[in-house]
Amino acid sequence: MSLTTAHSVVAPSANSKRIAGAIIIAYALISIVPLLWIFATSFKTPPDSIAYPPKIVFQPSIEGYCNLFTTRTRQTPEYINSLGPATGFCDETVRKRNMVIAGPSNFLPRFVNSLIIAFGSTFCAVFLGTLSAYGFSRFKVPLADDLLFFILSTRFMPPIAVAIPIYLMYRELGLSDTALGMILLYTAVNVSLAVWLLKGFIDEIPREYEEAAMIDGYTRLQAFWRTVLPQATTGIAATAIFCLIFAWNEYAFAALLTSGTAQTAPPFIPTIIGEGGQDWPAVAAGTTIFLVPILVFTILLRKQLLRGITFGAVRK
Amino acid sequence: MAEIRVQHLRKAFGDFVAVQDSNFVVEDGEFFVMLGPSGCGKTTTLRMIAGLELPTGGEILLGGEDVTMLRARERDIAFVFQLFALYPHMNVRKNIGFPLLAQGMPSAEIRTRVEETAKLLRIDHLLNKSVSGLAGGDRQRVALGRAIVRRPKCFLMDEPLGTLDTEFRDLMVHELRELHNRIHATTVYVTHDQMEAMSMADKIAVMNHGVIEQFGSPREIYDRPATMFVADFIGSPPMNFLGFGGGLAKGAKEIVVQGAKVAVPEVREDIAPADMALGIRPEHIRFDDASKLRGAIYGTEYLGTTQIVAVETADGIIKARVPAEIRLNAGDHVGLALNSARLSLFDKGSGRAVRTAVHDTASQGRAQHG
Repeated sequence: MSLTTAHSVVAPSANSKRIAGAIIIAYALISIVPLLWIFATSFKTPPDSIAYPPKIVFQPSIEGYCNLFTTRTRQTPEYINSLGPATGFCDETVRKRNMVIAGPSNFLPRFVNSLIIAFGSTFCAVFLGTLSAYGFSRFKVPLADDLLFFILSTRFMPPIAVAIPIYLMYRELGLSDTALGMILLYTAVNVSLAVWLLKGFIDEIPREYEEAAMIDGYTRLQAFWRTVLPQATTGIAATAIFCLIFAWNEYAFAALLTSGTAQTAPPFIPTIIGEGGQDWPAVAAGTTIFLVPILVFTILLRKQLLRGITFGAVRK
Repeated sequence: MAEIRVQHLRKAFGDFVAVQDSNFVVEDGEFFVMLGPSGCGKTTTLRMIAGLELPTGGEILLGGEDVTMLRARERDIAFVFQLFALYPHMNVRKNIGFPLLAQGMPSAEIRTRVEETAKLLRIDHLLNKSVSGLAGGDRQRVALGRAIVRRPKCFLMDEPLGTLDTEFRDLMVHELRELHNRIHATTVYVTHDQMEAMSMADKIAVMNHGVIEQFGSPREIYDRPATMFVADFIGSPPMNFLGFGGGLAKGAKEIVVQGAKVAVPEVREDIAPADMALGIRPEHIRFDDASKLRGAIYGTEYLGTTQIVAVETADGIIKARVPAEIRLNAGDHVGLALNSARLSLFDKGSGRAVRTAVHDTASQGRAQHG
């Protein structure tokens, strides 16, 4: 109603709205410029990427992406000429720089590792978190408060503080450089967050829903599945994003515990720089592709995320 | 449909006894209301019948079968919650059909049953709507639909009208009773609202502190309250009490209150001298200057056809319901004439009603103390 908004003492005035808008736009620009720069760099040629003054307008090239996905060897022009015609754009570009494609790079398997480990650990953390949150929310758990505090206390120190013991433990257990080891580790870090966040959400779902379902002929598990879970999707989505962002971006443990088969993208991307000079477009291409899954996931769930991070602020 | 028999039912949460030694029988097809202030154990009793709480002791028989320790889903009962508990992620049709889905009923049959039920409740035009957009009364009907669609042994309702607006509530009270008259389902209904209880119930149990104070028809409970608590809880304004001392002998027809002789229904038991109370419903008081029982007008509440008059007596204020036409001024001295046939007598110490001629026709009006 116009009457209430026009004279409201609670609603911000037009001026303060304008100032707030300006601050938000400025902050958004500052945040987005590095990302745009990375995106632009990924489409530059290596000379353009290090040009001074920096080029804002340039001829786009996918050389960076070619370099990201391949390994190349330098050859004499005679040898290159002796080869047949180039088999694609990448082949052609590489030959112009007196190189031939020797094979695929490790980027794709590293990226797949990241997908498996991040989504795997997110799934485990959210799965365990939902069940324990439900348990804490609905049943009389002995020492529930102490247990919840203990779960929270696992986050009192940065996870990396226990890196050395974990490194030694993983070596003994044969979990070093395995996807399973990384999934277990990220799950362990995330599960406390998941339990706490989800308990808040599940507490807000009246237990009458399950009681109604159980009276209507369902088992508790069925009631949980059919009445609690659908209403907890907001919380689950928000929790999943938080867990995924941590697992996806995690660098320190990944650098320490993975080196070969289970290496994730974060420790791999910086190593691109060392292969055949400072190949900034390839690094930028790797970073750009690395951003895509989390971006897509967040955009898909952004409604839930927004409701999720403000949950409990306003009681219905 | 089935009868519900509750025997020596008891529930304790740690040291707190929520329900103690409850005994009652809800006959097949009866509308039974459990009435009492909040925290009196009525909801706990209902949840034990439903299987949502397990009793500390006693038995619950449903249609002759002992279900005391059975899981809720094995009891074949339906429950209507105060907050309705409609699933927000399902539309009206799915909400009503949800209990049938649990039984693995074929979807075509679910469809017909849901439509039949919706028609009965006059919500068939809402079947494909989302439940979150429904008005209070319609949400209530959907909740009822989910309960009756399965044709269970009995219905349990926990203050189902508690969250509705007054206008909806009056409508739903009427609809609920009408629905009951059509399908004759054994119903246990919990409320703290005496008007709901009086207007719907075949039988009422009045509970207080985990104890059933009285079990009987609305008329019995109103006319022959078994305890002072019941007398005080039922009626608006509640029953007035005037204290008097001395014992009562079997056959006595008169007592002395504040120096005035008051005729009472013939006493049917001997009572040793103790603090007693005379209970008078406000509508059983007339103003009569010839009466020796006197008081001063303290204030009046005009209600249209009647008025409630507060009269200050030597034993505190009592309220009378008299025709609205009578002109009264604060401070006026009046004599109070009581309708002798309708008076109750109580033992103040135990709160228990004294047996009098009023009880002659009653068989179930007694309190069931534990």
